[in-house]
Amino acid sequence: MSVPDTIAGAARALRDGSVTAVDLLESVLERAHLTEAQLHAYLNIDRDGARAAAEAADADLAAGNDRGPLHGIPIALKDNMCTRGLETTAASQILAGYVPPYDATVVTSLREAGAVIVGKTNLDEFAMGSSTENSAYGPSFNPWDITRVPGGSSGGSAAAVAAGSAFGALGSDTGGSIRQPASLTGTVGVKPTYGTVSRYGLIAFASSLDQIGPITRTVEDAALLLQAIWGHDPRDATSYPGPYPDPAASLGAGVDGLRIGVVTELAGEGYEPAVESAVADMVAKLQEEGATVVEVSLPSFEIALSAYYLIAPAEASSNLARFDGVRYGLRVDGETTEEMMARTRGQGFGPEVVRRVLLGTYALSAGYYDAFYGQAQRVRAAIRADVARVFGEVDVLVSPTSPTVAFSAGARVDDPLAMYLSDICTIPSNLSGDPAMSVPIGLDEQGLPIGFQVMAPSLGEETMFRVAAEVERLAGFDARPEIPVVAG
Amino acid sequence: MSWEAVIGIETHVELSTRSKMFCGCVVDFGAAPNTNVCPVCLGLPGALPVPNRKAIEGIIAIGLALNCEITERSVFHRKNYFYADLPKNYQISQYDVPVCHDGHLDVEVDGQTRRVGIERAHMEEDTGKSTHVGDGGRIDAASATLLDFNRSGVPLVEVVSRPDIRSAAEARVYAQELRAIVAELGVSDARLEEGSIRFDANVSIRPEGSEELGTKVEIKNMNSFRSLERAIEFEIARQIAAVEAGEELVQETRHWDEEAGETLSMRTKEGSSDYRYFADPDLVPLVVPADWVEEIRSTLPELPEQRRKRYAGLGLDPKSAEILSASSPVIRGLFDDALDAGAPAPAAFNWLTGEVTAWMRRTESEPSNLTGVRVAALIELVDTGVVSATAAKEVLEGVLAGEGEPRAVAEARDLVQVSDRGELAGAVEEVLAANSDAVERYRGGEEKVIGFLVGQVMRQTGGKADPKLVNELIRESLAGNG
Repeated sequence: MSVPDTIAGAARALRDGSVTAVDLLESVLERAHLTEAQLHAYLNIDRDGARAAAEAADADLAAGNDRGPLHGIPIALKDNMCTRGLETTAASQILAGYVPPYDATVVTSLREAGAVIVGKTNLDEFAMGSSTENSAYGPSFNPWDITRVPGGSSGGSAAAVAAGSAFGALGSDTGGSIRQPASLTGTVGVKPTYGTVSRYGLIAFASSLDQIGPITRTVEDAALLLQAIWGHDPRDATSYPGPYPDPAASLGAGVDGLRIGVVTELAGEGYEPAVESAVADMVAKLQEEGATVVEVSLPSFEIALSAYYLIAPAEASSNLARFDGVRYGLRVDGETTEEMMARTRGQGFGPEVVRRVLLGTYALSAGYYDAFYGQAQRVRAAIRADVARVFGEVDVLVSPTSPTVAFSAGARVDDPLAMYLSDICTIPSNLSGDPAMSVPIGLDEQGLPIGFQVMAPSLGEETMFRVAAEVERLAGFDARPEIPVVAG
Repeated sequence: MSWEAVIGIETHVELSTRSKMFCGCVVDFGAAPNTNVCPVCLGLPGALPVPNRKAIEGIIAIGLALNCEITERSVFHRKNYFYADLPKNYQISQYDVPVCHDGHLDVEVDGQTRRVGIERAHMEEDTGKSTHVGDGGRIDAASATLLDFNRSGVPLVEVVSRPDIRSAAEARVYAQELRAIVAELGVSDARLEEGSIRFDANVSIRPEGSEELGTKVEIKNMNSFRSLERAIEFEIARQIAAVEAGEELVQETRHWDEEAGETLSMRTKEGSSDYRYFADPDLVPLVVPADWVEEIRSTLPELPEQRRKRYAGLGLDPKSAEILSASSPVIRGLFDDALDAGAPAPAAFNWLTGEVTAWMRRTESEPSNLTGVRVAALIELVDTGVVSATAAKEVLEGVLAGEGEPRAVAEARDLVQVSDRGELAGAVEEVLAANSDAVERYRGGEEKVIGFLVGQVMRQTGGKADPKLVNELIRESLAGNG
């Protein structure tokens, strides 16, 4: 039986009766069965829960209760989103065996939309990393080359979608953690406007930057998945009340008359030539389609990375304080409460988490606050001002999503600074709160995917998706990775 | 050398909102441990805080009552420290931009009014409760610590005074006044013994006339107004003695030991005071528009100070005004109604804070049969001599028991005084005739014997005679016979 491999296609097939939700789920489980040993995209596949949900979705649909485009579609969740009754670890030893008593708001939304939750995907511990190698449960690998990383921190979600072991997945993006792995795996990844997708139930890394978003195979699928999960949530005080744009409203409208800004600062040293030329080719095609292309300079982008690596760890140092062995998760006993807490945290957190917690604690310390955290906040304000100025002149900004294609496993684990540079193109949108997405535009000479980033002003999702859809059409990217199947 | 004490008070007020500060859990201290908890107040991964509007209204009311400025955009900060009963290991509090700032509270001590500045009042959340078990409950020897998170996330308002207080007595009056205000506003149970209002004091000393501040010591654990006053008195004396003995004071936190009657140094850890405050990224600035403030201002009740001033204006002496002001709302309502009905303030005060209050205490019931009009009528019966002061108490009993209007009760209970001269004259003559030795002594200059004679007439008339009139008649009679 042939099963469509996009959400939109599957949704049509479900309604014309050519497949059932159970068929869709079984195709995904079969893919996972064939590829998980090589990829390790999932930490936990909830076969029983997913089968029950798929059967319920079929029954629901048969009864005429159509819940919309996600109805019956198998979706994977990054394992930093709380799922009631299903282990949620954030890929940390400190949450080994932790079963949340509640669903994150996005999970509730997906269930209400009729989606089938396949399981929980791998990530860098507490979403801290750009390669999914910082997982306490072992790394994930890239479906396009299993000796390479899938990017991170939502590397498991991206690998699962690229490999076909999910139709779509949710990731979280604090500094590029949706877009960079999407870029490295040839998938579409969206970081929506800050505040549009509820963070309630997302295990926080850096609250002012974290944003949940979709990873899918197509731009249209990303719009469908985004529409299912966003909206005002009274449980999140930073949630945007509305009105919300319609990301699917202008798909196919082309780029004629749009002004596109190419960011001068996101090019040059450190950028692979194949990436730069693919991006330049796409910009030229957009221009041919009627877009006005201008070079724009955002000088504050040069210092965005430094500001990010003070703000994110500072917030993380406080957000991760709750993991102390007192109420849940790992507990390593000690003579006193303080010793118990210290031992639990010492053993429970991996080295990258410890590095960032220490960095953040230091940045907030009396006597250093103003020079570090305070200064970083001023840079953040400057970036916001810079971006606001530029969005007065152009409709969208474009750049590579990642300076490089997928790098080899282990290549950057001992060099945190090199790893941090993976997010140089994606971090500014987190600091400004604006939406941005990655669309695959081709493969390099090694057969590795290249991603193209489209950035828009806050709530500019309609235009962003419009441009992304045109990029997707112009790229004509329809390659699928061939994953060596290990017998048995 | 003569020393001056410099004292500031930090007050924590637990608001009596139905739900907690940042989640929907019920506030109920009587509940079984860990039953009023949820992902938010347990600090579970992924849970987020959302501010409680009622609590914000509570702090604004407190701020207005303390004459504070209300900040239009205030900010919640995280105060980071590790403690087992603090679920997130940070407390959501406010730091440099609190909801209320720059107010004052006037307190009266020994007839002098002193203005104590209020630096700020900010909103925060309470912690859970630790109970150390084994080895007498001491934390260092306990075998286990039990945690109850029912209190975790209960809204707290911290009111910080300026160091304008100069004596332990002033500190006590400040605390009492603040408690009275909070109770009046109805935003907190404001019970010291239950910890729903808690006072800590910052105490230092300096040479009289100096403008500099000395080394500050914070004292904690005062569970009554009396212990607050005693602790500060002790601390001032301790600091003076130490300085005069050539010792250097250290900035520290000291614990008041009620039984020993002294403050003791609490061992504090080095460097534990860096709370790494930063604006909580899970919350947006708290916006309080001016019209919301005015709406709250318009619903504020009459506050103790305003009430005392009003009572004094009605003719009560300061002490009475204070007593009445602190009385129950029922008594205060009857007082106002009685005055409306024409009763003089001092008499209404005496009846209501005396007999009526005593009756309420004795019977543990509300004076539902009493009205301001009836209080005024009762006072008039006495003033016009219809009933004696003694009989009036019985009339009141009857009224309180539901027997009707004072006049009707007096008549039904046969308590109306005989004020008819002719009717009393006979009784007076009989008594004088039967007590000739007393009459002789009076005439010999022993004035006070008249009291005995009046008493005899009262007995003769079964207590219904108007004693004033009897007195007058006896004097007239004896003078006439002389």
